[in-house]
Amino acid sequence: MESFTAILAEALGLILSGDQAVIDIVLLSLRVTLTAVVLACLIGLPLGAMVGAFRFPLRTAVIVTMNTMMGLPPVVVGLVVYLMLSAAGPLGPLALLYTATAMVIAQTILVTPIVAALTRQVVEDLNEEYAEQFASMGIGPVRRIMALLWDARYSLLTVALAGFGRAAAEVGAVIIVGGNINHVTRVMTTTIALETSKGNLQLALALGLVLLVIAVVVNGLVYAIRGSATRAAYA
Amino acid sequence: MHDPAPMPEVQNDEEVPLLGAQRLGFSAGSQRLIRDIDLTIRAGSRTVIMGANGSGKSLLLRLLHGLIPPTEGHVEWCERPLDTAARNEQAMVFQRPVMMRRSVAANLRFALSARGIRGAERAAREAEAIASARLEHLVNRPARVLSGGEQQRLAMARALACAPRLLFLDEPTASLDPASTHAIEQIIDQAHDDGVTIVLVTHDAGQARRMGQDLVFLDAGRIVETGPVAQVLDAPSSAAAQAWLGGRLYLDPTHSSQT
Ligand SMILES: Nc1ncnc2c1ncn2[C@@H]1O[C@H](COP(=O)(O)OP(=O)(O)OP(=O)(O)O)[C@@H](O)[C@H]1O
Ligand SMILES: [Mg+2]
Repeated sequence: MESFTAILAEALGLILSGDQAVIDIVLLSLRVTLTAVVLACLIGLPLGAMVGAFRFPLRTAVIVTMNTMMGLPPVVVGLVVYLMLSAAGPLGPLALLYTATAMVIAQTILVTPIVAALTRQVVEDLNEEYAEQFASMGIGPVRRIMALLWDARYSLLTVALAGFGRAAAEVGAVIIVGGNINHVTRVMTTTIALETSKGNLQLALALGLVLLVIAVVVNGLVYAIRGSATRAAYA
Repeated sequence: MHDPAPMPEVQNDEEVPLLGAQRLGFSAGSQRLIRDIDLTIRAGSRTVIMGANGSGKSLLLRLLHGLIPPTEGHVEWCERPLDTAARNEQAMVFQRPVMMRRSVAANLRFALSARGIRGAERAAREAEAIASARLEHLVNRPARVLSGGEQQRLAMARALACAPRLLFLDEPTASLDPASTHAIEQIIDQAHDDGVTIVLVTHDAGQARRMGQDLVFLDAGRIVETGPVAQVLDAPSSAAAQAWLGGRLYLDPTHSSQT
């Protein structure tokens, strides 16, 4: 086996030379993960905001369920989506198994509870602060939800980034429903798992480095957003 | 302010109370925090509510504004039950002003939009409110970075922008310096001249004299004394008001007579 430094050098070489395989895998990863995060936000933001801003029967049960689902094991989600999409499953006729769409579905299921649960907390805190003022001003329910979401925009952006971080680093669900097919469903995490087991450590490490950079960028963004929001007293 | 002839029929008819409370009470658990409140607010009047910390002044304002349902008695607006439509004719400036996470101008716009005021009308009212609160230089500033006095002025402007008939003010100058206090009092005066009925909670006897006509003195959730401001302040008849004005009524009003 080559030395670590030699592998690292080759991995950096792959990235810096703009290796097409690396680029394709990174782009597919970003496409799948970003689509899943957008879908998760479309569902999770309004859902979390409604649970955070309104009182209704079984509200506590809903909150406990959402918080529990935040920690869903990715392989279990992958398995359930696999069963749904497989030829014998209820969604079998759609022939989505082993496609990028299947991976988007699995990641959306993973990320939506995260977005919903964190949104609920953020919106509930803000609602507590605004509730009396809004009642005094005669603010209706729709306007209230919209105002809470808008005024919590900085916190919610970091919520979305947290969801992105979880989806980008996840491997268990996408490998089951995507199948890790070259050029079709091969994303960063699944490729790292496969190439490592095959002994192709240069490619695995190259993708690992890209993943790390993405993680650093995401966390840097969260930090920057928090900072600017705090300075403007918008946090 | 925005109404060329604000409610002449109500102002001319002294007999029709704008706001009335009958046997109003509020209990939390076994504690009766507000009890037996009978109160009439005439249109165009200025009522000052005073009382020790914890005597229930803020709670009473919330009940009168309809923010919390009373556990006893009821509140009437123009001799009809207080409902959402009635509350929209009132406004309240809270003891701790609530600033939305937006600019000064956007805070005002939000309040106006909520009343269905849009377009040129909204722009005009926004400009007017900003001018009346002398916030021109701060319009684009995030509201939450304003100083306490500036926030309080914005809260006043926001409350008045929707042209309420009655304005509740909960210690609007409690932590302000004399100049800011004067600015707030000017806004209150202007609003009153424009026909807005004022209900003001204050701990400041000087402010009560300057701003008030009638004074309501609360002690342990009860009205213990009412009358013209000067009369109550100069010659209080209730033991609680005497003690409080003499600086002897402390946090727990029930033990104050011994001190
Ligand atoms: N929703 C509530 N549930 C239970 N207790 C309450 C509630 N609201 C107020 N209280 C209590 O009622 C009492 C009166 O409170 P309130 O805020 O009206 O006092 P206040 O006269 O405005 O005092 P301050 O001068 O300090 O503002 C306090 O003891 C407070 O703890
Ligand atoms: Mg109070």
